[in-house]
Amino acid sequence: MDAFLHQVLAGLATGGIYASLALALVMIYQATHLVNFAQGEMAMFTTYIAWTLVNAGMPYWAAFLLTVAIAFVLGVVIERVIIRPVEQAPVLAIVVVFIALLLILNSVTGWIYTYTIKQFPSPFPEQPIFGRYLSSHEAGAIGVTLVVLALLYAFFRFTPLGLAMRAAAQNPESSRLVGIRVGWMLALGWGLAAAIGSVAGMMVAPIVYLDPNMMGGVLLYAFAAALVGGIDNPWGAVVGGFVVGVLENVLGAFVIGNELKLSVALVIIVGVLLVRPSGFFGRVQVTRV
Amino acid sequence: MKTGTKTWSVPVFWGLVILVACVLPFVVSNYHTFQLTLVLVYAIALLGLNILTGYNGQISLGHGAFYALGAYCAAILMDKASAPYWATVPAAAVVCLVAGFLFGLPALRLEGLYLALATFALGVAMPQLLKYHALEKWTGGVQGIVINKPDAPAFFPNMGLPLNPDQWLYFFTLAIMLIMFILAWNLLRGRIGRALVAIRDQHIAAEAMGIHNAFYKSLAFGVSAMYTGVAGALGAIAVQFVAPDSFNIFLSIVFLVGIVIGGLGSIAGAVYGALFIQFVPNIADEISKAAPWAIFGVFMIVFVYLMPTGVAGALRLITRRRAP
Repeated sequence: MDAFLHQVLAGLATGGIYASLALALVMIYQATHLVNFAQGEMAMFTTYIAWTLVNAGMPYWAAFLLTVAIAFVLGVVIERVIIRPVEQAPVLAIVVVFIALLLILNSVTGWIYTYTIKQFPSPFPEQPIFGRYLSSHEAGAIGVTLVVLALLYAFFRFTPLGLAMRAAAQNPESSRLVGIRVGWMLALGWGLAAAIGSVAGMMVAPIVYLDPNMMGGVLLYAFAAALVGGIDNPWGAVVGGFVVGVLENVLGAFVIGNELKLSVALVIIVGVLLVRPSGFFGRVQVTRV
Repeated sequence: MKTGTKTWSVPVFWGLVILVACVLPFVVSNYHTFQLTLVLVYAIALLGLNILTGYNGQISLGHGAFYALGAYCAAILMDKASAPYWATVPAAAVVCLVAGFLFGLPALRLEGLYLALATFALGVAMPQLLKYHALEKWTGGVQGIVINKPDAPAFFPNMGLPLNPDQWLYFFTLAIMLIMFILAWNLLRGRIGRALVAIRDQHIAAEAMGIHNAFYKSLAFGVSAMYTGVAGALGAIAVQFVAPDSFNIFLSIVFLVGIVIGGLGSIAGAVYGALFIQFVPNIADEISKAAPWAIFGVFMIVFVYLMPTGVAGALRLITRRRAP
């Protein structure tokens, strides 16, 4: 029972990280109906920036905030420069661009920082706070996820800009008519997604260590999380993240072993797409012929 | 007059290409012959992916998984069942055809982006599946399987044409590649090919015209996986080694790079794409270990913006403009 409880709590911790990245995916999906395959690599790249800042002697939380800001700018620039020209292109072209982005970010990081695995510091104390079930980094990761969620909720619910962004995502034509600059709202959405992704990257790096391929698995779980929750529903993505995190840990520890953990994501993704393509909290899509 | 020049110039061009391809292994080193063999292997794999993605519009980011399946088929048959190398190719073809068809059935319900997601997950999960300890008895786990390079059959030296193993493997692969390309050409220019393209362009209209969408889509998946599996088997024989980590998600991405550069929905594009993915990394490697991937990425974006039909499309455009 103890071991089980430990696995569930550890699953919640990684689940929080999946939830953040899934949230980033949902942000972009809601605004543009695209699934960003490069989300993981964007998070990885910004985590390297954080590593550079921390190594340059910056205090952790200052580096954290600066990284989030840099990630935001990076996201906006990527949308403006690379994604915008293919916005109306066929799906295949867009997927190709995303994959290209993934390759470029991955290789540029490898080029600058080499492929050797690096330690990434955790801002939370060494000794566990919550007894033996949860390391304090894991508890901290859950806390950070919840703070990010609360901030996002407040932003979208209570600020005019958040309202404008929701409007632009829901009905671009009408939003344009009332004077919202829809293009820029999309870019802001990308910026926010990149910023959330960078938080996920910085939270996961102390667990999986820093290397250019660290986000491959995480991205897969985030896809699974977003799909479980319904890819157009932010709350669903968060719930999905925690569900996938717990499932991954519990199944990995007791049922199928750690070797096949990634296949859990594969099965969840294919299973959800087949049985409930709109996820458990998403809106059912009806297409008009 | 215009059609007249066209009808003979294309076969002559490809005849010359095949002639050059037959002479090449006698003038270049063994290592280069090996590299050229890999180009042929990639060309088959890219043709397979192109049937699915280029002609039928189903995006696969996980074709490396089928390549791996074919490769492991060949390696296990040669290593455990001591099957002759040539027999492993049809075996891999059958296994991958079935596997592709089966994966294609659920894929029917997935469109565009979602299929890309599901296949991406397949591609990422594949190395782990290959390492799985319950299968280790056959797959050799992380270590993989080492296989022997086949010798040329005895009658070549007897005819006074001594071929070393590299050259023989090159010709063996070339022969299979030609067969596969002719088959694909026949398949794609006829009724089935038109049905696949119709489904890609307007699946509702295609359905209304009496094309059985579900059947053709899963057929495309099966055939595509078969081509890629055959390539995997030939690749395993050529490299003489299979291991889980050589079939990671980046292999699938390389295939995508190949068809985008070579030309989507073009048979010849598979050859151009294969040359690109084989030789560009070799050149780029001299800059940095990471450079090939960066170059792939940049090329992909540039092609999507400026040359969405790839090299094949650009060549078609040039020849059409030059024709009177």
